[in-house]
Amino acid sequence: MESLIGLLVAVPLLGAALLLCGGRRLDGIGHVLGTVLSFASFGIGLALFADMLGKDPEQRGLHTTVLSWIPVEGFQADVGFQLDQLSMTFVLLITGVGSLIHMYSMGYMEHDERRRRFFGFLNLFLAAMLLLVIADNYLLLYVGWEGVGLASYLLIGFWQHKPSAATAAKKAFIVNRVGDVGLSVAIMLMFTTFGSFAFGPVLGAAGETSEGKLTAIGLMLLLAACGKSAQVPLQSWLGDAMEGPTPVSALIHAATMVTAGVYLIVRSGAIFNGAPDAQTAVVVVGAVTLLFGAIVGCAKDDIKKSLAGSTMSQIGYMVLAAGLGPIGYVFAIMHLVTHGFFKAGLFLGAGSVMHGMNDEVDMRKYGALRKHMPVTFWTFGLGYLAIIGMFPLSGFFSKDGIIEAAFAKGGTQGLILGAVTLLGAAITAFYMTRMMLMTFFGEKRWQPDAEGNEPHPHESPKSMTVPMILLAFGSVFAGGFFAVGDRFLKWLEPVTSHEHGDPAYGAGVISGAALACMAIGVVGAWLMYGRRTVPVVAPRGSLLTRAARRDLLQDDFNHVVLVKPGEYLTRGLVFLDHSVVDGVVNTTAATVGGLSSRARRMQNGFARSYAVSMFGGAAVLIAATLLMRAV
Amino acid sequence: MNPVNYLYLAALLFTIGASGVLIRRNAIIVFMCVELMLNACNLALVTFSRLHGNLDGQVIAFFVMVVAAAEVVVGLAIIVALYRSRHSASVDDASLMKL
Amino acid sequence: MNTLAAYQTSTGEATQFWVLAVFAVAGALGTVMLKRAVHSALCLAGTMVILAMFYLANGAYFLGVVQIVVYTGAVMMLFLFVLMLVGITAADSLKETIKGQRILAAVCGIGFGVLLMAGIANAKITEFTGLTAANKPGNVRGLAELVFTKYIFAFEITGALLITAAVAGMVLTHRERTERPLTQREQAEARVKDGTQVTPLPAPGVYARHNAVDIAGLLPDGSPSELTVNKTLRSRGQIRDVSEQAMGELAALEQRTADYQGQKRTANKPPQEKKKEVEAK
Repeated sequence: MESLIGLLVAVPLLGAALLLCGGRRLDGIGHVLGTVLSFASFGIGLALFADMLGKDPEQRGLHTTVLSWIPVEGFQADVGFQLDQLSMTFVLLITGVGSLIHMYSMGYMEHDERRRRFFGFLNLFLAAMLLLVIADNYLLLYVGWEGVGLASYLLIGFWQHKPSAATAAKKAFIVNRVGDVGLSVAIMLMFTTFGSFAFGPVLGAAGETSEGKLTAIGLMLLLAACGKSAQVPLQSWLGDAMEGPTPVSALIHAATMVTAGVYLIVRSGAIFNGAPDAQTAVVVVGAVTLLFGAIVGCAKDDIKKSLAGSTMSQIGYMVLAAGLGPIGYVFAIMHLVTHGFFKAGLFLGAGSVMHGMNDEVDMRKYGALRKHMPVTFWTFGLGYLAIIGMFPLSGFFSKDGIIEAAFAKGGTQGLILGAVTLLGAAITAFYMTRMMLMTFFGEKRWQPDAEGNEPHPHESPKSMTVPMILLAFGSVFAGGFFAVGDRFLKWLEPVTSHEHGDPAYGAGVISGAALACMAIGVVGAWLMYGRRTVPVVAPRGSLLTRAARRDLLQDDFNHVVLVKPGEYLTRGLVFLDHSVVDGVVNTTAATVGGLSSRARRMQNGFARSYAVSMFGGAAVLIAATLLMRAV
Repeated sequence: MNPVNYLYLAALLFTIGASGVLIRRNAIIVFMCVELMLNACNLALVTFSRLHGNLDGQVIAFFVMVVAAAEVVVGLAIIVALYRSRHSASVDDASLMKL
Repeated sequence: MNTLAAYQTSTGEATQFWVLAVFAVAGALGTVMLKRAVHSALCLAGTMVILAMFYLANGAYFLGVVQIVVYTGAVMMLFLFVLMLVGITAADSLKETIKGQRILAAVCGIGFGVLLMAGIANAKITEFTGLTAANKPGNVRGLAELVFTKYIFAFEITGALLITAAVAGMVLTHRERTERPLTQREQAEARVKDGTQVTPLPAPGVYARHNAVDIAGLLPDGSPSELTVNKTLRSRGQIRDVSEQAMGELAALEQRTADYQGQKRTANKPPQEKKKEVEAK
């Protein structure tokens, strides 16, 4: 079976190569080819999964070394794959959701003339993401890490003719680069500390390493995770990344790539377990992002940007859980998977709505769409119920696990974290209810688009609705399936290890509190948006609303704190270069030039002048001779 | 009298000739000053011959005369050629070797 | 004869030295300072003759004779020939044209001379060998023995040098005409085509009053035209300008005419001012 692991990556990579290098002759079948190869990868994943299930839980990990990449004395880098339960979970999520979204894109991108290239990029993304999760060392993981960054950049800027898309792509790339620096520094630190960067040696030796070094590595890994997973302070790119096509937002910027940071933290659990300070930092980042994303999600009128805020917030949950240590790892991954289902479903639903509304994204111009798009309404609605944590849908189980784990942390810290997660649940319920009400309920607020076309909402084609229905199934049942009998916990435990937290309050109390918070959020949203009519033009709003509409001033903050000083630094350096560096050079040149042009005057061409110097020289020679004799 | 006085005279004549080379612009006069310097050298050589009591100095003076004769031939030919092409015998006019 | 080359110089030789040395230095200074090249050449010839006498006094009989025959007789005559060929030029002027050249020359000359003499004084020669022994078989014979034995190689090389110099002199001064000389018609056509001076140069002289070749003809405005004077006279600066006088006389004549007719008229301006006005324009 080990040989199949490589195929997981090779199949979509082949698809990407064919579609991107194949030229126009593949235009007609490119989308089918890409989708088929994606499903083929999913099939391989399923085969490996079936094989894995047949083994003893402790023996399930597969490992294979494909080739020796950089065989240097004292520096061994191999292209090796490791497929354990954690990787397997990701492989199934990536290929499964990825294949559904490939299928959805066949309908969504039907009229785009660059469809073949789009599928090529999607396949490239799949290959890179799979490489990321099945790599057996940090260096190969880094290759996948950069690969998904590249694919993300290409897909955000897919509609490059729009300046906003091109800018958003650049923004995502540059912000991600900050995080990538963190990952590369972390890898270097690992190499100096452990002499290796393969998972086995590094994580195995983490227990015997000093806390300071582990903290440094952990913080660098956290920086990397912040960049990739859009966590505070590197969160600013995710909202703008919604400029990409909606399937991209669903696959890359909701379900898979942005969760790579969580994967990295959970995978490096041994390092974080030995570095409590780094863990605290992870928890703080997660908690802050949780609230940050939720608040932004409340204020946005753009349906995709609101969902982006939600994504940020939900990943905040996962990061928070991952920062809790062994009591949280399993719930982080579990929430990651259920979130992958319902958030992808929500994005696809949003895409379906936009598809029917002439690509309008402003929720204030929707309203009363439930009758016109029944399938979209029902799938979106199930995703909505899942994300707010309605019992017994997926979100309830995974989120409940995280909230319990937060309280189980104990002490003041546990109380604060528990309160934050409960508050987050309430806000989540608020903004998701707001989205539901503004989109599918109330009266029509439809506006003609820029060319004056009245929108004629209609249900999307089968290729789009089928993935939505399948994802809705996942949203509904995945959580329950995982949670009942602790199936998911037992599945992952051999890899991530698990400590059962002992919450100060009973599990029932916490679940009840979570449901109560959810109810408060839903009712609040209904009071504001369900009972009252929603104005087409956004009201001015409170100070917090206005700040949240501007992403809580994240771009202004970056501008003031990073861009401006950078500009001043650059200007200063330019000035320094012009005045001091060039000044020294030019002054030297001018001095030499001036001396030369003066010395040149001695070369006046008159033989008599030259004779004088000869004669003077002769006199000097005599003087020297006399002096020598005198001495 | 000590024959060293001849040497002083030779030095004086040499210096006067050299100054003439530096001061005069007429190429022929410059050339005559060079001859004066050569003659001053010859006087010194002859005096050395006497001081040392052998004839080597005189032989060298003799060679100097021969070389001077050859030099006069070439030098005057150059002056004539220069005068023909530039209609001037001034050493300053031939000052093209400058920037 | 042998007394001339002795351990001590005779009083006669000392007297001869002090007298002739003065003339030698005077001749050298004359060579450098006199304006006319011919005068310089004659001064140099004088110095060389005096040097020949010093050679004789120092026991170099052969060289003394050669000095007179070769130098004063041949080389100096060659100089004079070339002088006549080149003629008098502006280069004879003693005015210095290169800035600082004269000061530098003076500094270097004085410095060099002082140092050289200091070097000689430093030698502290109190006694000398003299040539009595060396000249025993005869000065010429002694020289010949050295030239044809010890210095034979240098002698041969010098011979080759002389031959080369003779050929070089010929090559440098010989000018072979490689093209047909222009006919008078061709010269006239070239002059018209050139267009600067088609007619013959104007003749010198003024109003038939002065017809000497060194007097410039006057242009209609009364200023002298240098073109009318021979080039050689021009380069020597030997132009006699009579324009002042002529214009003054003309003005006086016009004044008299005006007085006679009882009219008042302004006197002609002097020609120099007019020239300035023209230049200003």
